[in-house]
Amino acid sequence: MTSGQRRLLGVATAALVVSLSAAACGGNAKPSGESTSAAAPAESGSAAAPAALSGEVKVDGSSTVAPLTQAASELFGEEQPQVKVPVGTSGTGGGFEKFCAGETDISDASRAIKDEEKAACEAKGIKFTELTVATDALTVVVPKENTWATCLTTDQLKKMWEPGAEGKVNSWKDIDAKFPDEPLKLYGPGTDSGTFDYFTDAINGEEGASRKDYSPSENDNDIVNGVKGAKGGLGYFGFTYFEENADTLTAVQVDSGKGCVAPSVETAQNGTYAPLSRPLFIYPSAAATKRPEVAAFLDFYVGNIGAIAKDAKFVPLNAEQEAKLKSDLQALKGLAG
Amino acid sequence: MAILTTPKSAVQLAGQGRPLREHVFRIALLSSLVIALGFLALLLVYVVQDGWPRLDSALWENQPSIRRPETAGIQSGIFGTLWIIALTALMALPTGILAAVYLEEYADKTKWYNRLIELNISNLAAVPSIVYGILGLGLIARWMQFGFTVMTGAMTISLLVLPIVIISAREAIKAVPPSIREGSLALGATQWQTIWRQVLPAAVPGMATGSILALSRAIGEAAPFLMLGAATLVRFNPEGVWSSFTVLPIQIYSFISQSREEFHVLAAAAIVILLAILLLMNSVAIWLRNRYQKRW
Repeated sequence: MTSGQRRLLGVATAALVVSLSAAACGGNAKPSGESTSAAAPAESGSAAAPAALSGEVKVDGSSTVAPLTQAASELFGEEQPQVKVPVGTSGTGGGFEKFCAGETDISDASRAIKDEEKAACEAKGIKFTELTVATDALTVVVPKENTWATCLTTDQLKKMWEPGAEGKVNSWKDIDAKFPDEPLKLYGPGTDSGTFDYFTDAINGEEGASRKDYSPSENDNDIVNGVKGAKGGLGYFGFTYFEENADTLTAVQVDSGKGCVAPSVETAQNGTYAPLSRPLFIYPSAAATKRPEVAAFLDFYVGNIGAIAKDAKFVPLNAEQEAKLKSDLQALKGLAG
Repeated sequence: MAILTTPKSAVQLAGQGRPLREHVFRIALLSSLVIALGFLALLLVYVVQDGWPRLDSALWENQPSIRRPETAGIQSGIFGTLWIIALTALMALPTGILAAVYLEEYADKTKWYNRLIELNISNLAAVPSIVYGILGLGLIARWMQFGFTVMTGAMTISLLVLPIVIISAREAIKAVPPSIREGSLALGATQWQTIWRQVLPAAVPGMATGSILALSRAIGEAAPFLMLGAATLVRFNPEGVWSSFTVLPIQIYSFISQSREEFHVLAAAAIVILLAILLLMNSVAIWLRNRYQKRW
């Protein structure tokens, strides 16, 4: 009994001691992977080789925008290894709460700041600018077996998702007489999500108004698996998730009265994928921008926005939006004084 | 070993009278054990199988990466978890053990306020951990202005495990036979000398086991850290108690919600590391118990 325990203990201790010492030795010296990747962005142009900065740039907010800021944080780390950029995912609302309490320097957001959040920021004297850093195309997906729903009008989507559809619209036949009598199984993000807010606003005409008898999940993988598993399934989420699962899911084209448009990088960029293409934002605080490490991070983020978006598989901005982003950042620096 | 054989033969003797009931009871006991261990084994097999491709040295040598999931590691999470647990142990164990000594050896149990304290400690042990997260956010992070640092996390977790530490330490002190105390006092030792030289050393195994089980529970906590804003992507190890941090459960949570399959494998591998740390801590508990156990 005791000898057996002792042996087990010995093995476990040895394993952990080895692993910990390996961790300690391997340490920070080695960045993950090689920095020779093609995506390593070019120097932002104007600035010469920057001096080594240190400090911390605190970012929190939307989990949709987080991968983009995280990619920026990683790439920035290759240039300024002493500056720490932790990126949290408290959600757009949770992020603004911390941002307006002065606890973070930059807030990620998948929707524009609300009036009450603005008021909270003003009460604390926190000035900020809204920067559009990428575009997202909310993608409506069906499984590959679904051969009938190649294009849906916004009215048909509303018929499916509006609060009044609850308990009544249960078959594809209820949406269009030409569709087969296949049970309709709906999957979508939970009510805390900015994606849910945007979709309900764009399709049902009121933010937060949705039928409740669908399968909600905060984890987009659950939506992917749910739709994949049901012939009559339908769900919606960000374009990145669709791209990762394009082999098993079909993206439905959306017709808002000007013909069917498939979600893609181009249609999201030029705005023809309406009304489901949306801008993604970051909100830097003007006071934080005075700190050199925050200014350097923002310069890097904005200066390499195209490469960062491509690397994180986001829909990049078009030339016009990119020019606006750069001038907005300059305006923010003016605000900071 | 000698002790084990005696009750066993006694059971066998008693069992001869009513063999059927004995059998049913024994099978019921055994199947309970099999169910509990079976699920644990299933979990282990499942997680190790899923995480196997990523159980390599890159896992603890590299920092997490959103861009290269195939070589991403969890070093910041491992170090964050170890920092939090070490600091929690430093704060919660002395406080909890001293509180237990007071309640067992000094407090007058006929007084209503001491009974109220006891009742409250038992209640606190059952409060959901997210509530401690809210407390930590409001009190420690915001009001005390400690921000979202290792210190805030460790203080919150200390509050979370404190009731469990107090309860288990009290049980350990209670288990010390009164004859030891009486003998010590009879030989002229003061109450302080009795507690310091007799009661506490005799209670060490029980207190150590309870404390380490309490800390093991704390290791797996994600909910309070979600409230405290432990950032999900942290590419540096904590450098001190005022540093930003992340912990393994938070990292696992964020990996699982990523779209790329590589992150799910990484999450499984991170779970294996978390289980390994837990196993190590529990092994230490068993070792301490065996090393210091006394029989009277």
